[in-house]
Amino acid sequence: MKRLAGTLLLVVAFGGMLLADNPLLINGAGATFPYPIYSKWFDEYHKANGTQINYQSVGSGAGIKQVTEGTVDFGASDGPMNDDQVKAYRAKNGIGILHFPTVLGAVVPTYNIAGVSGALNFTPEALSGIFLGRISKWNDPAIAAANKGVNLPGNDIVVIHRSDGSGTTYIWTDYLSKVNSDWKDKVGKGTSVNWPVGLGGKGNEGVTGLIKQTPNSIGYVELIYAAQNKVPYGSVKNAAGSMVKADLASVTEAAAAAAKTIPDDFRVSITNAPGKNAYPISSFTWLLIPEKFKDATKRDAMKGFLKWAITDGQGVVENLSYAKLPKEVVDKELKAISKVQ
Amino acid sequence: MNARLRWRKLVSGFMLTMTGVCALVAVSVLFFILGYFVYNGGVSINWDFFTKLPTQVGQAGGGMANAIVGSAKLLLLASLIGVPIGFFGGIYLAEFSGTKVAFVVRYAADLLNGVPSIVIGIFAYALLVLPFKHFSTFAGSFALGIMMIPITLRSTEEFLLGVPRALREGSMALGAGKWTTIMRVVVPAAYRGIMTAILLALARVAGETAPLLFTALGNQYWSPGWNQPTSSLPVMIYTYALSPYEDWHRQAWAGGLVLLGLILMVNIVARVILSRGIAVPRS
Amino acid sequence: MGSRSFLSRLRNGDEIARLVTFLFAASVVLITVLLIYELWVGAALSRHKFGLVFFFTRVWDPIAEQFGALPFIYGTLVTAAVSLLLAVPLGIGAAIFLAELAPQKLSDPLQFFIDLLAAIPSVIYGLLGVFIVIPMMREWVQPALKNTLGFLPLFRGPVYGMGFLTAGIVLAIMVIPYIISVSREVLLSVPRDQREAALALGSTRWESTWKVVVPFAKTGIMGSIFLALARALGETMAVTMVIGNTPTISSSLFSPGYSIAAVIANEFTEATGDMHLSALIELGLVLFLLTFILNGLARLLMLLTTQRGSGMGHA
Repeated sequence: MKRLAGTLLLVVAFGGMLLADNPLLINGAGATFPYPIYSKWFDEYHKANGTQINYQSVGSGAGIKQVTEGTVDFGASDGPMNDDQVKAYRAKNGIGILHFPTVLGAVVPTYNIAGVSGALNFTPEALSGIFLGRISKWNDPAIAAANKGVNLPGNDIVVIHRSDGSGTTYIWTDYLSKVNSDWKDKVGKGTSVNWPVGLGGKGNEGVTGLIKQTPNSIGYVELIYAAQNKVPYGSVKNAAGSMVKADLASVTEAAAAAAKTIPDDFRVSITNAPGKNAYPISSFTWLLIPEKFKDATKRDAMKGFLKWAITDGQGVVENLSYAKLPKEVVDKELKAISKVQ
Repeated sequence: MNARLRWRKLVSGFMLTMTGVCALVAVSVLFFILGYFVYNGGVSINWDFFTKLPTQVGQAGGGMANAIVGSAKLLLLASLIGVPIGFFGGIYLAEFSGTKVAFVVRYAADLLNGVPSIVIGIFAYALLVLPFKHFSTFAGSFALGIMMIPITLRSTEEFLLGVPRALREGSMALGAGKWTTIMRVVVPAAYRGIMTAILLALARVAGETAPLLFTALGNQYWSPGWNQPTSSLPVMIYTYALSPYEDWHRQAWAGGLVLLGLILMVNIVARVILSRGIAVPRS
Repeated sequence: MGSRSFLSRLRNGDEIARLVTFLFAASVVLITVLLIYELWVGAALSRHKFGLVFFFTRVWDPIAEQFGALPFIYGTLVTAAVSLLLAVPLGIGAAIFLAELAPQKLSDPLQFFIDLLAAIPSVIYGLLGVFIVIPMMREWVQPALKNTLGFLPLFRGPVYGMGFLTAGIVLAIMVIPYIISVSREVLLSVPRDQREAALALGSTRWESTWKVVVPFAKTGIMGSIFLALARALGETMAVTMVIGNTPTISSSLFSPGYSIAAVIANEFTEATGDMHLSALIELGLVLFLLTFILNGLARLLMLLTTQRGSGMGHA
């Protein structure tokens, strides 16, 4: 009996220690697209401020779902919530959900082809054909025509897509739906679609990993994942007819037109944007913040972070190949932050 | 010796050698796995691994300190849930119950034992995450605790039943009540067996990943108390293994080595104790 | 005793003990019932919408909210089948060696190591799968199979490294220990006189083992296979790391696929929409039922074996 009591006491004491310290911890989950910059931001903000923001990079789909369920304090997604999802949020929580753009990024076609280390040129027809499964070999004329002088092998193309609900998928399929009516009818756009072909990887990380390990593969990832992992990525032909490679300038240009007319809820698509050198597969990415917070400390911490992120925080985004928010958008957002109560 | 007999003897020798090969292959897989982990993980184990938190994405360095502590917390809480239910339930089955109730309880335990861990995760999510709007260490521990129940229950019952009647009767003849007899005589006699069963149950759930995916989720920082999401070793290994970063792969191997090492050590210790067999003194 | 009231009986410490331990034991039943209930209720939305057609539809389209379980059931069954095809011969062979040939000094330590194999968690096998098995499959094994047996539809198509075959191989390694330990025990329990009678009649060692002992232990060995199968069906982490995560039905073993457990692990936290979530829970229910039936059958067979082995079957 004494032994039992002794063990129990030890257990309770240990348990007590577990409960002891309780620094402010905010939980968020969502998009893998901006994970590198969010990870850096949360780390820097924590160092400056002490606030711990725990972000789990589980995909935009999960971000939307979990913030709607209320199991996380905020969500993140590169596919803005559609009207049904916004309604569902209100129905479940009684309040609204706000979208706050944080950075601009690009989704690039990456590939792993022996002997090809440079940037291939992709037309919209080539990309849709590949992902529809209609173009199955690398040396298909639809691809070769735009890449004269490159030695494309006759190997089968291994298509790699996301296996989880993804905002990156949303951006990619949004673009394909705009440039190819077949894609729009057969597959459509969304965070999770019924892919005609290909293997599934989990998160931007998983897709990049798969591409690195699988010869003759092609996939779509956020720019920084390709750059950080030294995986070659291609240029895409934009609406104005130029072959554009994703970089800070081309992504910024893609947002320029929309920036002036961005709606109040900040939900907008900038794929296939006009502009001579606009990169056609660019997008904002958003933090999904509830209109009301029950906990005032959390609310203030969240608002503080947001303000910092869209102003001072923008200083470090370009190092990670994300483009800064356009000034008009930042101004509008600063005003909108007061909506969070 | 005629030809046919020679042939049959040849076949016999050959097939029996093949079975030896099968056994060799099966056992060598274990050493192969161990070898790989020691080789790949060993180079990445350093002091940082055990003491540092994960760094920013893409930045080398950092460690799995919060994952290790997270796993320890999860296991501690899981045993607080699973062990009492299994232990006291086992006592009921061995000492108090009638056959009908015993059958139902045993059946339920066996059923629970066979449930795939991902389904247990669904259960814990529906019960403890959704209604409370929180991923939490507690939800994860609940899932793991449920998985510990069947082993603990069955083993407690078995070892208690293995205690000779004479011990019980002797104690009661001396005037002790039933409960006193159980706690002071029977359980101590079966103590070793029950403890090792609990250890084995712990070792089993220590490596479980699936049920934690939607209960404890994950956390880059330390997780205070038990109401917040927490990092855990198996989930970290899973996440890092699927990433494209070489540094994370390295850490995944290291984490795998730590996890594997701990689980195997507990198993070896527990089985050695059990195989020494007699957890009950022969009268 | 019956005339005393409940409360007065409670004052007796033993009665309290009885009640308290009963509550703990009952909680086991409660948890199990609650689990089944949650699964049943969670799957209700999907069950009502799709009915039995759920099991025969191939489409898994979250946008159109069309969900069919067929690709996942297919993947689960195919990987399990591949794993058993590999694990059963190897496992029974090893069990025969351990039970019949090896002296106890060798057999016991070897069994010890095999028990350790069973204790290795799924994510560890997954790690090995991703970094060792997949490259091996992609570079050597699959091309070799394609070149030699490529005329079979089983070994056609592009070679990714991940897929049904790889998942089956990893699963095989995971279930072998179960087949070995249970079969070994069953073989050891076959009465000596069976073997000796066969040998006395002039059979070789192998013949007595294969034609007499093993058939005698048949039921128990079948039980071990069902147990292994139940484990293979429920495996999540190792499978999702090597199977390719694509809901495809293909006759080629090189093709990527999906299993029930893997799709739940990947899509559960992000199921956008109640129907999606309900469909996933329904898949969980299906998995639960499958493993329930298999485990039940296994236990039945084990029961039959022990009845048979004890005191029956001598001349």
